[in-house]
Amino acid sequence: MAIIKTEHLSHVYSEGTPFEKVAVGDVSLEIEQGAFVGVIGHTGSGKSTLIQHFNGLLKPTSGKIMVDGKDIWAEENKKNIRNVRFQVGLVFQYPEYQLFEETVYKDIAFGPGNMGLSEEEIHTRVSEAMEFVGLKEKYAQKSPFDLSGGQKRRVAIAGVIAMRPKVLILDEPTAGLDPKGRDKILGQIREYHQQTQSTILLVSHSMEDIAKYAGKVLVMNHAGVFDYDTVERVFSRSAELTRMGLSVPQVSRVFERLSSEGLSVSQNVYTVEQAQREILRLYTQKKEGFHA
Amino acid sequence: MLRDITIGQYFPGKSVIHRMDPRMKLILSLVYIVMLFCVGTEIGFLVPIVFLIVAIQISKIPMKMVLKGIKPILPLIIFTAVLNIFFVSGTPLVQWGFLTISLEGILVALKMVIRIIFLIMGTSLLTYTTSPIALTDAIEQLLKPLNKIKFPVHEMAMMMTIALRFIPTLIEETDKIMSAQKARGADMESGGLRQRIKAMIPILIPLFVSAFRRAEELALAMECRCYRGGEGRTRMRQLHYSRLDWYGAACMALCFAVVIVLNLFAPTLL
Repeated sequence: MAIIKTEHLSHVYSEGTPFEKVAVGDVSLEIEQGAFVGVIGHTGSGKSTLIQHFNGLLKPTSGKIMVDGKDIWAEENKKNIRNVRFQVGLVFQYPEYQLFEETVYKDIAFGPGNMGLSEEEIHTRVSEAMEFVGLKEKYAQKSPFDLSGGQKRRVAIAGVIAMRPKVLILDEPTAGLDPKGRDKILGQIREYHQQTQSTILLVSHSMEDIAKYAGKVLVMNHAGVFDYDTVERVFSRSAELTRMGLSVPQVSRVFERLSSEGLSVSQNVYTVEQAQREILRLYTQKKEGFHA
Repeated sequence: MLRDITIGQYFPGKSVIHRMDPRMKLILSLVYIVMLFCVGTEIGFLVPIVFLIVAIQISKIPMKMVLKGIKPILPLIIFTAVLNIFFVSGTPLVQWGFLTISLEGILVALKMVIRIIFLIMGTSLLTYTTSPIALTDAIEQLLKPLNKIKFPVHEMAMMMTIALRFIPTLIEETDKIMSAQKARGADMESGGLRQRIKAMIPILIPLFVSAFRRAEELALAMECRCYRGGEGRTRMRQLHYSRLDWYGAACMALCFAVVIVLNLFAPTLL
């Protein structure tokens, strides 16, 4: 079943002024419950605008958006737009700049508190969220402003996870982190996805990360959806992706080249693990070939 | 909601008004404001009104944009109007309890409203047609004589430039933080005054933190480029008065003269 569905969704900024700009134009899309979707697209392709529609932060200029089967901007649901935000958690780019409380605990509790939950429920959710993002118990009473950049980011992500959203959207959660911090956060997101069966939308500029973690890829181009399909099928359109300023994972390019040089390698290689397997397969095949 | 703030916005263009020397535009804007408050007769109001409308037409700035600038101060205008209507004494028109509305009151209120609206429109035209940098350059040049009494003109102009430069940045930042907190269910639209003020905390704290961070980074960046104040500093853009500026000044002088003549000779309603 589709957890998020859009019908001819369009968003125009500053309509009727000289600065008018179509940020999202006529997008019809269905995102399945439980999917891990990577969202790619060059800067200004409408990714950020689109994802802000999913939790009702932006109202479409025209078209509809359904979350869990309900049209969130329909007359009878309009008043409960806040509930949509609890169902669809959105972690913005550089989320550490939104921290404001005296302690990490209080900051993570801000979302659940707004939901009107009881103290105990908030407590369980905060500890659970801290565990998901790998923050030790001892940080709970620290000031978020005393933490390192990576830790701050984890606090901010925990603040959204603590609302237990059915859909978790992350806008470049690894921007500006070192490779180790990046893998750690993405690994935790994957774990969260597997444990809670929630739907994840991950916006990223790293094709490697998308290939490694996502099951499906949404490609945005010029305010519209260029493609929404499995990782294999999207990355097989390598030439088109390159033309729109995107690319395919580096290992895929290596294998493309190998194949054009005449080696009979698989074209569906997107992660280093796949590459390793493929090379080993080729290696043993060749060795056997020698012996025969 | 924050996108409605137009004060300090600049509309690039190539019109005659855009090309005028920022110093002259600044002086003429001040003279215009003085003129608005010098007008003494009802008919005299036509002069600044027509003058500004013609100026806006010449500048090719859409009238809608100029009018938008009035929106944020609408409450102030209404407040002034109401105060004037009720508290200016004169021949009563309507009496209702202790409140009286007089003809004088209405007239005074109307004049005040026109003055405020055109004051805002006039200054909006200045900022719409002059880039903030040119404007602060102009202020620095005009205030230069104050250097003699040890007034830090350059430092003040630099502070203004930086402040103006960061208005859009901070607005954008506020927008972002608001969205982020709304995504966590922050409610800023309902509740009483107390609750609304409390709801501002999650926005103001991150905003202050980031403003301080930006200030620190900017100071460092300026020092890295060896900035050390105004002494001996030359400028890339030199300001020159052109024939255009003198035409502008002449127009303004003519209008002012008409206003004064009308003040002296035209009849007033009351």
